[in-house]
Amino acid sequence: MIRRLLARPTGVFAVVVLGLLVVLAVVSLVWTPQDPFRADPFHQWEPPSPAHWFGTDASGRDIASYLLAGTRTTVLVAVGSGVIASVVGMVLTAIGSLTARWVREGTAVLLDILVAFPTLLTAMLLTAIAGGSLGVVIVSVGLSFGVTIARVARGEIRRIARSDYVTAARASGVGGAGVLFRHLVPNAAPLFTVQLSLAMATAVLAEAGLSYLGYGAGSNTASWGSMLADLQTYIGVHPWSATWPGAAIALVVAALSLLGDAVRDATDPRLTTNDRAAGGGPAPRTPDDPATTSTGVTA
Amino acid sequence: MSDATTPSTAASGLEVRGLTVRIDRRTILDDVTFTVPPGRRVGVIGASGSGKSMTSLALMGLEPTGATVTGSVRLDGTELVGLPDRERARHRGAGIGMVFQEPGTALDPLRRVGAQIAEPLRLHRGLDRRAAAAAALDLAVSVGLPDPESLLRQYPHQLSGGQRQRICIAMAMAGQPSYLVADEPTTALDVTTEARILELFEGLTAGMVFVTHDLAVLARIADTAVVLDAGRVVEHGSVAGLLAAPQHPATAALVDAARATARRAPRTGGSA
Repeated sequence: MIRRLLARPTGVFAVVVLGLLVVLAVVSLVWTPQDPFRADPFHQWEPPSPAHWFGTDASGRDIASYLLAGTRTTVLVAVGSGVIASVVGMVLTAIGSLTARWVREGTAVLLDILVAFPTLLTAMLLTAIAGGSLGVVIVSVGLSFGVTIARVARGEIRRIARSDYVTAARASGVGGAGVLFRHLVPNAAPLFTVQLSLAMATAVLAEAGLSYLGYGAGSNTASWGSMLADLQTYIGVHPWSATWPGAAIALVVAALSLLGDAVRDATDPRLTTNDRAAGGGPAPRTPDDPATTSTGVTA
Repeated sequence: MSDATTPSTAASGLEVRGLTVRIDRRTILDDVTFTVPPGRRVGVIGASGSGKSMTSLALMGLEPTGATVTGSVRLDGTELVGLPDRERARHRGAGIGMVFQEPGTALDPLRRVGAQIAEPLRLHRGLDRRAAAAAALDLAVSVGLPDPESLLRQYPHQLSGGQRQRICIAMAMAGQPSYLVADEPTTALDVTTEARILELFEGLTAGMVFVTHDLAVLARIADTAVVLDAGRVVEHGSVAGLLAAPQHPATAALVDAARATARRAPRTGGSA
């Protein structure tokens, strides 16, 4: 699977960027070039140098070290929100498609209502109630995207449950559990993967956005969002310094959103096996299912 | 509706009596009655929307959710209508198997075809993985698949339409059912492949409900048939009799349409 993933440029990009992110996050636990939080009033706004690779900011902090320390926050947010979103998504999908009819329909209505709340707004609401912390950001983005995933996955499960191949499997005697685990889950997994990777990308964006607005992690947590907020004030004077966190956020978000697409493509036998074309000529290719094709990140 | 085909002895055969399907007070099938004696093939014909596919699904107990089924389907004396789904599932594949119209969508795109044949084998015959794989290979040979060893390792999209339909037939026969419901199984195939698949059906010993709108196919595969129109059986009898002297307007319309097509394309031709 890894080999197939690396056979596509998007897969290579996503794996390289995210691999690097994880490695840097681990490195930052034991080593950063400078103390990321130490202010040095005598070395404000230094240009990049061997001592300060990306220069220093308004209070003389080393931008490279702060950026490196921020990788931990980013990884934590992406993974934490991803885990919460998938658990919430799976549970709600199961409730919304496998239970008694009135529970299913009730869940559908509830999901439609919940999905109307924008992720970022939910996060701001929760921070307003519970106070700004990384945990609140992770939980709120995880919950919001869990709902979004459930809403999309529920439709997908229903579509698959009505498909000819599920009917054919049932006609050959396969029971409920067999249909669920051998047909429904594998066929819904690609959509789930794409949605999950989008959720993780959005989580990174949301954390940056919330920290930027001052709702996110506290000042003792290094975050690319709060860094961007600090540095962009001076963007007219020191344009290069705000570029670093901006570029880092953009790279990671792009890599996360491409990862889902790449994983989906790498696991689809229709895209990874060759047509055999024995006997009656080549089989027609099934076009990409629009339901599993991501359109981009929306925060 | 009285007895449709040959009067059957008490407990053998697939007996359908007064089969009625309603969805939201709309009657989709109305009092459908016919009997398939063991090993015989009965055709079900009718225009689009006449209830042919609903008949197949209702026989399998796979009618859409929200549909209510009344009447009786007796499989060698066992009543199937009204059984809880868990018990009904035991008869699917083992008592009655089904072959679908569109082999392109009737196979799970993400699973190798060998695994899809092995699944009912393991279910109905209690075979372990290896025994099921061996039995799947035997089945693949019996439905005439070329080079079955490598073919069973393929995914559905890698096979031709005819090969896929043979896989579907193997899947339907895996539980050794005594009856088979075939819902327009050759409609999606080109004429040469159709002829070969029909040969395969003719070689099967299972009793068969063969749904079709193609009278040439019907004449070849079945001795007796029922004609459906708007969910009701409007005519029944021997295929030769139905084709030679259709009594009901719906049957006559089907026969006329078939004659018109034959006149327009005297040397068959079409989409081979």
